[in-house]
Amino acid sequence: MDIIKQISDNLQRGEDEEVYNFTRRAIEQNLPAKSILDDGLIAGMAVVGEKFKAHEIFLPDVLLAAKAMYAGMDQIKPLLIKEGIPTIGKVVVGSVQGDLHDIGKNLVAIMLKGAGFEIIDLGNDVPPEKFIDTALENEAAVIGMSALLTTTMPVMKKVVDLVKARNLSYKIKIIVGGAPLTEDYAHAIGADAYGFDGINAVDKVKELLGLH
Amino acid sequence: MKNVLDRITVGEIILSDGAMGTMLIDSGIALEQCFEASNLSRPDVLENIARSYLEAGSDMVQTNSFGASPLKLAMYSLEDKYEEINRAAVRAVKNAVGDKAIISASVGPCGRIMKPYGDTEPEEVFESFRKQAEVLVDSGVDMILVETMTDIKEAKLAVEAAKTISKSIPVAATMTFDRTPKGFYTIMGVNIEMAVKELEKSGADIIGSNCGNGIVAMIDIAREFRKFVSRPILIQPNAGLPEMVGDKATYKESPEFMADRAREFLEMGVSIIGGCCGTTPAHIAALRKTIDSYGRRNKQSLT
Repeated sequence: MDIIKQISDNLQRGEDEEVYNFTRRAIEQNLPAKSILDDGLIAGMAVVGEKFKAHEIFLPDVLLAAKAMYAGMDQIKPLLIKEGIPTIGKVVVGSVQGDLHDIGKNLVAIMLKGAGFEIIDLGNDVPPEKFIDTALENEAAVIGMSALLTTTMPVMKKVVDLVKARNLSYKIKIIVGGAPLTEDYAHAIGADAYGFDGINAVDKVKELLGLH
Repeated sequence: MKNVLDRITVGEIILSDGAMGTMLIDSGIALEQCFEASNLSRPDVLENIARSYLEAGSDMVQTNSFGASPLKLAMYSLEDKYEEINRAAVRAVKNAVGDKAIISASVGPCGRIMKPYGDTEPEEVFESFRKQAEVLVDSGVDMILVETMTDIKEAKLAVEAAKTISKSIPVAATMTFDRTPKGFYTIMGVNIEMAVKELEKSGADIIGSNCGNGIVAMIDIAREFRKFVSRPILIQPNAGLPEMVGDKATYKESPEFMADRAREFLEMGVSIIGGCCGTTPAHIAALRKTIDSYGRRNKQSLT
């Protein structure tokens, strides 16, 4: 079996040591870093995301696959930088101020990373200004916000309003998500997109950036 | 009679209370941060909620200690206050209901994911639950309800921790399931058969499900439990799933809707019924009528 497929298959099984080994071997054989990333790591993570969505696998499987994905990504990152291969986009993510739940946000970050995005993860309880300042500093075009609590959801609107007030709407797009949210709510607060789950968030972010 | 197991053994159907979290929000406390911090600042609100459930007909009232394990409180840097927070949770319910209801201590998930999937050691989780149970038992609760669990290992650690503190205190454990094409699973991949097997092994005296579903799905869940379980069953559905109305999450299943369908729980031989998110004293009062008209007695053999 070819090495790239081994990377993808082992990633899907959450075998982080195997993904590390095969990624090292792929690099030693001078396989293109872009192919290791796209056809190995990203392809494997896409399968994991689909299976999770279909309830064929569960959160523990996704978390192990993510660990395996990072084991491979850490190895090819220097090569991607050296070869000047850009990520497909930068996204700032975080759970909003007052919300300390981050499992959902982490899943979205994993899926975005697995789709080739560079993620700047601000963790949880993130103040509105920090989302925006971080996006500006890193030239990220998308802010992704998560909330689990119905009491913290309104904080999302503060960030949306702040982006408008600072006249940054032309270069920062906002996507929101979280268990209590709906498309209607996202629309009502003026967010640019709503991600129903991790996979859907990847599609929506790509749409926001015109990558489809 | 405050021993829940004795009452169930003689065939009594126990009505628990309804939601705590959504009731707190409706009481107007700013709860952006820690729900359990209000135990110290607003015990009057907790007493009111407990009293309204008692008046609605609850045989069992729960303490506001769901997120009061030291590990969970650490997320709000309140871990040093776990003892007073748990004591205040019990005191509020005691003040409100006295000896008129079973006082059930809520113990929710620790908020961490254990190794190898996450970064937390099982020993740390066990110790956190043990400390919380120690305070709750010492404060004089009648039972412990480990609830809303999705990881079976965590649920077992919580049950075992409570049993370490007291062998005699009844411990119930409930998990939260999602309907999938393959049947009901928690997000951590636990199905009902696995949940029953493992929870019984851990020593849980009462087993069941709460949260995550309205009553229609909960009836299917209860039926599935019935297939595997050899202990009494506890079921607490939400009043449906939350829908956003403006800035506020609302739960739309009415007291009548719930009470009407709850009869199926009784026919199945469920021993404890009550409500989770979105249920109110009105839902409990309606369930009281359903149970009373059924005759308050379980007609199924329990094992």
